[in-house]
Amino acid sequence: MEHIRAHVLLCAGTGCISSGSKKVEAAFQREVARKGLIDEIKIVETGCHGFCEMGPIVIVYPEGVFYCHVKEEDVAEIVDSHLYKGRIVERLLYREPISHEKIINYNEINFYKKQKRMVLANCGHISPEVIEDYIAAGGYEALGQALTKMTPEQVIDEVKVSGLRGRGGGGFPTGMKWEFAKKAAGDQKYVICNADEGDPGAFMDRSVLEGDPHRVLEGMAVCGYAIGASEGIIYVRAEYPLAIKRLKVAIAQAEEMGFIGKHIFGSDFDFKVKIKEGAGAFVCGEETALLASIEGQRGMPRSRPPFPAISGLWGKPTNINNVETFANVPQIIVNGGEWYASIGTEKSKGTKVFALTGKINNTGLAEVPMGITMREIIYEIGGGILNGKKFKAVQIGGPSGGCLPESMLDLPVDYDSLIQAGAMMGSGGLVVMDEDTCMVDVAKFFVNFTQSESCGKCTPCREGTKRMLEILTNITEGKGKKGDIELLQQLAKNIKATALCGLGQTAPNPVLSTMRYFMDEYEAHINEKRCPAGVCSHLSGYSITENCKGCGLCKQVCPVTAISGEVKSRHSIDQEKCIKCGACMGKCPFKAIRKG
Amino acid sequence: MKTLEDLKKLREQLQSDRKVRKMSSTQVIVGMGTCGIAAGAREVMIAILDEIAQKKLEDISVCQTDCIGMCQQEVLVDVVRPNEPRITYGRVKPTDVPKIIAEHVVNGRIVEELFVGKIEQ
Ligand SMILES: Cc1cc2nc3c(=O)[nH]c(=O)nc-3n(C[C@H](O)[C@H](O)[C@H](O)COP(=O)(O)O)c2cc1C
Ligand code: SF4
Ligand code: SF4
Ligand code: SF4
Ligand code: FES
Ligand code: FES
Repeated sequence: MEHIRAHVLLCAGTGCISSGSKKVEAAFQREVARKGLIDEIKIVETGCHGFCEMGPIVIVYPEGVFYCHVKEEDVAEIVDSHLYKGRIVERLLYREPISHEKIINYNEINFYKKQKRMVLANCGHISPEVIEDYIAAGGYEALGQALTKMTPEQVIDEVKVSGLRGRGGGGFPTGMKWEFAKKAAGDQKYVICNADEGDPGAFMDRSVLEGDPHRVLEGMAVCGYAIGASEGIIYVRAEYPLAIKRLKVAIAQAEEMGFIGKHIFGSDFDFKVKIKEGAGAFVCGEETALLASIEGQRGMPRSRPPFPAISGLWGKPTNINNVETFANVPQIIVNGGEWYASIGTEKSKGTKVFALTGKINNTGLAEVPMGITMREIIYEIGGGILNGKKFKAVQIGGPSGGCLPESMLDLPVDYDSLIQAGAMMGSGGLVVMDEDTCMVDVAKFFVNFTQSESCGKCTPCREGTKRMLEILTNITEGKGKKGDIELLQQLAKNIKATALCGLGQTAPNPVLSTMRYFMDEYEAHINEKRCPAGVCSHLSGYSITENCKGCGLCKQVCPVTAISGEVKSRHSIDQEKCIKCGACMGKCPFKAIRKG
Repeated sequence: MKTLEDLKKLREQLQSDRKVRKMSSTQVIVGMGTCGIAAGAREVMIAILDEIAQKKLEDISVCQTDCIGMCQQEVLVDVVRPNEPRITYGRVKPTDVPKIIAEHVVNGRIVEELFVGKIEQ
């Protein structure tokens, strides 16, 4: 007789699939059958846990044991030891990066302990392709409540009270946006979910769509009811095939059960949802470019007003929100706007999902309450800097964001504090950089990105970013001139003020913020032709400082006899001959050789 | 799906399946050391699972544990009920299982003839 006593949750998000979770799943099916445990053990495929670098991830319940980097070959041992005999396979447990302590339980891992998983509550814990799992977790309650107990005005009020702001970058109050669309005249209106997610390194929207697609559908349907739209469109980039597949499954299931379709919950409200695959240009995430793209035109922004709420898709009133914004809606309806507003800071409510990357021990998705400090995110959730190096800066907000230095680590993370500090929330990309990072190089990297993604429609962005990139490239190649800094500042100011869309308006941010906090590095590059971090290859020669005692050891190890000098006097390196092998630096007993 | 009540009913049904994901406060733990398995621990465990399924009992976690050094007493089965000491039974056979479940797990009465030890929690 079947009585399931344990669940094996296998991560089948994009990250874990690419590290081999499909093979691990096949192995579990095989081994569980071999041991005759089919009636006792259930294997469940889930979405991303946000800890993809640890993948493939396997969690065994009821104990909640967290196994990471599970390979096909490990499965027999998990089945034999853990599932058959109740013995935890210690070697596959997670280890904390600094203490090396082994952690058995998912909830005890520092990476998860400090998080507040609300939007991601189901991700990794339910099967995204089984609507029953979503319902068991409370799903579609919000839609039911909205349709049977609330007027559209009440729904909008609840969202207003919650203080929810758009998670797609701008941070515009969601309730207000819905109200504009509701009040706009028009018989046909649209709800659009922006799942373009073009920021390099960001993958929270993908994870939500892959791990909990019904939550987004539910949020869209609630919005449809609130503004009076009968049609929803999800604009998702074609590079997200798994998200698209799971969305299609979810839409079909929701239609089947009557959460999408006609007379939902016995009401007069009809709502259908379509998917539109985008080609994946960064600028297509901008709302007016996105609309153009859905209409089959080139994805180019247009000037606003009119705002989409008044004249959007096909000229009809349209409400556009980000994936994470919609994913926040169901819990606001179920628990109330006041409850939601009790989380976060005065002007930034709720939680935000960040994609932690860069030189940090734990990379992945972290959902945190607004107002948490950068330090908590980086050191407590992120586990500190990789290889014990020193923190240098954190780039927040993607290509439109800024770089913040150590002195800003205690800044509370919310929309307004970040803007004030010269960065922005953006979509939640968070790149941590260590002492080996050159800030001019970083600025160049981001300007290069925005420059190549510029649609070219307006001159300030098209030409201005090109000029900025030229100047930055010159600086990193040792060709920086006096006046470059002033020129960059001037260009930045003009582009910000005159570019047509957000891409151009924010493109100078990485340059401005690095100049604000790391001006000394720009000066070293321009005036001393030196890259302090030793990154810019044209400038990263080795040199001998005044600490040199003239011992001659470096001279002996140099393979190309680039070092010269008399005994007991300061030596020097011939930059023409030096091949930058670094051998001398390791040899000097007085730390007199520096890089950069 | 026409009303909120329909949804609620369906949800309650579906949730019982997910209870496995939480450790229940009532647990039946079978000793699965090498000697336990040799003495028939698997058969006892299957009997426990069958009994729970047949009686449609809910909120009971069935777990296993390693050898606890009382090998001569295998098969060992522990029963934990909320706020009660952990009771160990020894030399349990599949035929003893219905009694342990009915008497102790459900009604909280210790089965004296199989009792071998007690751990205060
Ligand atoms: C260049 C550019 C790219 C953008 N990319 C995205 C994106 O990938 N996803 C997104 O939700 N919003 C993106 N936005 C913001 C959208 O224009 C729009 O403000 C947002 O989708 C509104 O949703 P929200 O209010 O829920 O944040 C982008 C904006 C700009 C200027
Ligand atoms: S700012 Fe840049 S991306 Fe935006 S419309 Fe102008 S050229 Fe195109
Ligand atoms: S870096 Fe290598 S090549 Fe250059 S001076 Fe030192 S030892 Fe010689
Ligand atoms: S090894 Fe150091 S101290 Fe000795 S000569 Fe070279 S730079 Fe000077
Ligand atoms: S895909 Fe498995 S943790 Fe992200
Ligand atoms: S040409 Fe477009 S802003 Fe000037």
